[in-house]
Amino acid sequence: MYAIRLWSVRHSRGLEAFYQGFERIVVALDPVWRFLGYNRIEKPVAAVEKLVKGVLFDCQMCGMCALSQTGMACPMNCPKQLRHGPCGGVRVDGMCEVKPEMRCVWVEAYAGSQRMQAGPAAIRELRAPVDRRLTGTSSWLRVAREKAPKPPAKAAP
Amino acid sequence: MIFEDEPEPGHPLPMLPGHSSAGRFERILRAGGFAVTAELAPPDSAAAEDVYARAHIFDGYVDAINATDGSGANCHMSSVAVCALLTHIGYSPVMQLSCRDRNRIAMQGEILGAAAMGVCNLLCLTGDGVQAGDHPQAKPVFDYDSISLLRAATRLRDEGTFESGRKLTSRPHVFFGAAENPFVPPYDWRPQRLAQKVAAGAQFIQTQYCFDVPLLRKFMARADELGLLDQVFILVGVGPLPSAKTADWMRRHVPGVHIPDAVVQRLAGAAKPKAEGRNLCVELIQEIREIKGVSGVHLMAYRQEEAVAEVIERSGVLQGRVPWYPGRPAELSLEKAAS
Repeated sequence: MYAIRLWSVRHSRGLEAFYQGFERIVVALDPVWRFLGYNRIEKPVAAVEKLVKGVLFDCQMCGMCALSQTGMACPMNCPKQLRHGPCGGVRVDGMCEVKPEMRCVWVEAYAGSQRMQAGPAAIRELRAPVDRRLTGTSSWLRVAREKAPKPPAKAAP
Repeated sequence: MIFEDEPEPGHPLPMLPGHSSAGRFERILRAGGFAVTAELAPPDSAAAEDVYARAHIFDGYVDAINATDGSGANCHMSSVAVCALLTHIGYSPVMQLSCRDRNRIAMQGEILGAAAMGVCNLLCLTGDGVQAGDHPQAKPVFDYDSISLLRAATRLRDEGTFESGRKLTSRPHVFFGAAENPFVPPYDWRPQRLAQKVAAGAQFIQTQYCFDVPLLRKFMARADELGLLDQVFILVGVGPLPSAKTADWMRRHVPGVHIPDAVVQRLAGAAKPKAEGRNLCVELIQEIREIKGVSGVHLMAYRQEEAVAEVIERSGVLQGRVPWYPGRPAELSLEKAAS
């Protein structure tokens, strides 16, 4: 919802702290995810993620979550799906070129990023172009898989 | 600025050391000249003559001609075709490439194809939203954004690979540019966005229309603090406004155009608004050229293309230099340096 999305950006600092803790838990639970099977839990976890982040951020489930870098404003809500900042069409009052009734996602993101502990520099980082195959998949599980320490390789029998 | 090798239509110039392209536009900028570019609106036709006629209007006054890519999300002849036609008869086009209509497979292919046809300059744009044009029902693609496009383009040239990592057998020698709009929010971010684009590979910048010099000054001062002015050539967008009514319409309907009230009022109060619009444009150019870090101006004179010659002539920015055009008389052939 639009109003909740704006609230989330206003509270980007708190959400950032919460998210950092949450990420640690998700990553720590890697053995559990492996026991259950990442592939088997992908769909239900993605459904939960979509519900939670959908409410908080109008998340579009791109699968490559950048919220922690973009002031807790989801860049996929930009009608041009820009990943590196605002286009040149932003209206003088800060509204979107394509949807004049919506605040520019990147104007919001910039404001949100100023409030974050990590500081506003992260928003300017070069990001890889979106891998469209990941659309609809869980960013949480992807982060868990990537950040968890790798289990020791089994010795050859 | 004296170039002894004259362009021979259809044949590339030798590439100078340290240059990315074999083009005249890059030569002028690197030689420290004040460059003039103008925007050509591709025709709604399938005739090459229409393209030549539109380029011909600028003869003797511009160093490069921008071919827009479905500007304002309206359908026209493709920019790659316009640039190929212009290159063929010796002009130096800047090909605009927007992310709105193609995915990454098409865009990377388009860059290779353009380079193969002799296109030396490419402007990487996000593009206007489809809602702005005559096909609002179209699917907006936006697979890349302008910065991802710059990154992919420079990867083709400097690393010789596609995004996939697959190798090219020959690389495109192209001078890459991007757009920037210092005149819309978030104002604080705009100079940093310029830095992002430079980091992604932009070598020149053409800005949106400037009607607000104080805002431009702020932007340029900040870009200077960030150390960007030595890394990128900045051409500021300008254009003659035909009337107060058009100015007001533009600022309401053309995405990203900021025109201060004072400008609209000046046109409204003028006895001959069209002439006043050109006077204003000349004054803007003269003011802008004095700003540190400005390497040229980019004229956007939609439906007033004939005004470009007059405005450039009166502004005096070419300082007697006559940029090459097909059939330029031999006595004008040396591109004289400013004394």
